[in-house]
Amino acid sequence: MADVAPAGTEFIPPAEVEDVELYHAKTWVTKYVFSQDAKVIAIQYSATAIAIGMVAMVLSWLMRLQLGFPESFSIIDAGDYYQFITMHGMIMVIYLLTALFLGGFGNYLIPLMVGARDMVFPYVNMLSYWVYLLAVLILVASWFVPGGPTGAGWTLYPPQAILPGTPGSEAGVVLMLISLALFIVGFTMGGLNYVTTVLQARTRGMTLMRLPLSVWGIFVATILALLAFPALFVAAVMMTLDRLLETSFFMPTIISMGEMLEYDGGSPLLFQHLFWFFGHPEVYIVALPAFGIVSDLLSVHARRHIFGYRMMVWAIVIIGGLSFVVWAHHMYVSGMNPWFGFFFATTTLIIAVPTALKVYNWAFTLWKANIQLTIPMLFALGFIVTFVNGGITGLFLGNVVVDVPLSDTMFVVAHFHMVMGVAPLMVIFGAIYHWYPLMTGRMLDEAMGKFHFWVTFVGAYAIFLPIHYLGFLGVPRRYFEMGETSFIPESVQTLNAFVTVIVLIVGFAQFVFFYNVARSFFKGKDAGRNPWKATTLEWQTLESPPGHGNFGAELPVVYRWAYEYGAPGVEDDFVPQNIPPDEVKMAPGGATQT
Amino acid sequence: MAVALLLIFVAVGTVVFHFMSPWWWTPIASNWGYIDDTIALTFWITGFVFVAVVLFMAYCVWKFRYRKENRAEYEPENTKLEWWLTGLTTLGVVGMLTPGLFVWNQYVTVPEGAMEFEALGEQWQWSFRLPGKDGKLGTSSIRNITDNNPYGLNVKDPNGKDDVLVDGDEAHLPLGKPIKVLLRSKDVLHDFYVPQFRAKMDIVPGAITYFWFTPTRTGTFDLLCFELCGIGHHAMRGKVIIESEKDFNAWLKTQPTFAKSMAQARNGTENLPNRVLTRAEGTSPGQGIVR
Repeated sequence: MADVAPAGTEFIPPAEVEDVELYHAKTWVTKYVFSQDAKVIAIQYSATAIAIGMVAMVLSWLMRLQLGFPESFSIIDAGDYYQFITMHGMIMVIYLLTALFLGGFGNYLIPLMVGARDMVFPYVNMLSYWVYLLAVLILVASWFVPGGPTGAGWTLYPPQAILPGTPGSEAGVVLMLISLALFIVGFTMGGLNYVTTVLQARTRGMTLMRLPLSVWGIFVATILALLAFPALFVAAVMMTLDRLLETSFFMPTIISMGEMLEYDGGSPLLFQHLFWFFGHPEVYIVALPAFGIVSDLLSVHARRHIFGYRMMVWAIVIIGGLSFVVWAHHMYVSGMNPWFGFFFATTTLIIAVPTALKVYNWAFTLWKANIQLTIPMLFALGFIVTFVNGGITGLFLGNVVVDVPLSDTMFVVAHFHMVMGVAPLMVIFGAIYHWYPLMTGRMLDEAMGKFHFWVTFVGAYAIFLPIHYLGFLGVPRRYFEMGETSFIPESVQTLNAFVTVIVLIVGFAQFVFFYNVARSFFKGKDAGRNPWKATTLEWQTLESPPGHGNFGAELPVVYRWAYEYGAPGVEDDFVPQNIPPDEVKMAPGGATQT
Repeated sequence: MAVALLLIFVAVGTVVFHFMSPWWWTPIASNWGYIDDTIALTFWITGFVFVAVVLFMAYCVWKFRYRKENRAEYEPENTKLEWWLTGLTTLGVVGMLTPGLFVWNQYVTVPEGAMEFEALGEQWQWSFRLPGKDGKLGTSSIRNITDNNPYGLNVKDPNGKDDVLVDGDEAHLPLGKPIKVLLRSKDVLHDFYVPQFRAKMDIVPGAITYFWFTPTRTGTFDLLCFELCGIGHHAMRGKVIIESEKDFNAWLKTQPTFAKSMAQARNGTENLPNRVLTRAEGTSPGQGIVR
């Protein structure tokens, strides 16, 4: 471990380029609205993502009301229901999770954690947010056009997505495609920034193998996104042309409602390949930042270094690489050449190995640690449980033949909600409780935080665990109502009603969280400097919360890895990355390890 | 303490729920019991890992809880342990994947002499076609579809003349014979799935997809569409009736052939074996099923 935790003062090379003068905002508008400061852009991204995410949360309540009490809500018709599921899915995956992890946490954490004054292209970074906001507004606009938003399912499979049998095929689907294309344009501007900043703007001594895992996760996820989103972009453009100009990229000969259409010779499967070539890396675009951030939360609050740091970094890189060769496991029963199944099942199950290794290393980080059960730690533990649960059901669906009966059942719904809904949200909540003191200078209220954790974790688990079993039974996903069948017992309706009630309770708990965030901003306990006693650079700034330019006159110099907790012979149980080795206070009696 | 108990409760509760749950497979009615077996195996391997990890965490949370005077152990890496775990995990993955791929090989290899059976999907109903005495289905194309030829059969193909065009949305199939299900769509994606058969496949317009199974018990089974196909998706239902070969052959005789229905159409008797007529009476197809 010599390269991460040096014994003595090593030679730190002088800076290769001089500090570049930042853009200094002069007016309120350029400081807080059209801001070029990554920290302000991060807050803008996060606020927008959470606002549109709340819309998606309300949509989930509406669809649960229909599923739980199908007779009681006659205001919800089949078209509404399919619009709810589509918008809920698309918003949660793209406009909330992707935007919040990369645009929100990426912007806030990357410059601070690598010891940079800002992103390397601040103006482009600002544009990135405003294009994202435009994409969100266009998405919202689809509720106000004739026919409403698209109800094609978040996968937008053609031909159905652009034919009249689907709600929103008039204008809603076009707005959705335009919004997605804009989102990708905006993301690309931000993404190039994140990658370049990590590669080029690290401070002296911050080698790649000393980066906090949060940065590693966001960095690799951004590379994935830059490579994967173009596939979605072209698919969106091609489908827009199919819809508006009657080209036939994805449209074969079709008789729709008894009428022969003009389309001819296109391939619906081509769209699915393009969509999932984006769609599977997308899972890791959300998961890798969560992996990285949760590693840091665990380490700080367990007062112990992350276990197996180098293995953790390589696991992130390997998972990222493999995520590009597994996409067709979403298409085992799509009618593609069945021989693909052998290849994609094998690659998919191989991914389980580095992923499992990460889980073991998180667990071993807790071994012989000194665990503080703070709110971020609670959510980190909640993440591991839900991620392992959702990960192992992925082994069912990835193992091609097991997927045959389970695909398109509620088992799939339960699986992806557990693994890329609940688990990443656990990390997001933990991260907000962890970094809120840095952003605002105040602590979030602990009692409300505990209530929020218990209700959210226990509730979410109680929602999604039983839903897996409906999948075994053969209950399909994306059904407005089950109607009469010979194989689904009455008890399923009881379960659906139970799940709906829990969903509403968990939804209520989120308002306690929002109230906590708002109240603590004014009345929260003063956080002081570095309240969690963390080692990483964002907590070592001149002023806290960090101001414009992040650090003081001099950029920090890094002497060790990000996980120097409980080092033997040292007085404190942590040593920040930027303390020179000869300034580390040693314990009077030598090693006091237990 | 409460958190450690919560973790133990989650681990134990999940196992208890698994064994007590009233919701489990519908009783199987096809040869694909292998799939159920592979799932059972996957449950044992992954269930063990889940319980082990969560209980390990519960122990750590309780045993290594924060005390001011304590220090965490400093051991950044343990390469030997990590390689051992990598090896064991790989073993578990191979243990699940190997049987999985063996069964998949059977799934994609249709037995010789399997009986052909066609399901034609459209928004939002099913039609079925069975081969006549020659045992072969005639060729077809969506372009051939007219009011008199709702399946789009090729009128010049002699194999299609005796094809049986099933009247209604109930298909009958014989017990104990391998059946190759050929799937076509007139409009959008659909998916042919009977939960008791465990086997499904998407239906893709512009292509013919297929899968096979052997029915192993008689009965009437629900056929559902399992790929979102528009506003009436949930109402796209049919029935598959598995019966003895004798009963099946008797039923088959009552169904019209392609040649016969074409002749009837030419004679203007308009006794079409499909729902084009009933359709024309409504204002738009599928209207009655959408609330």
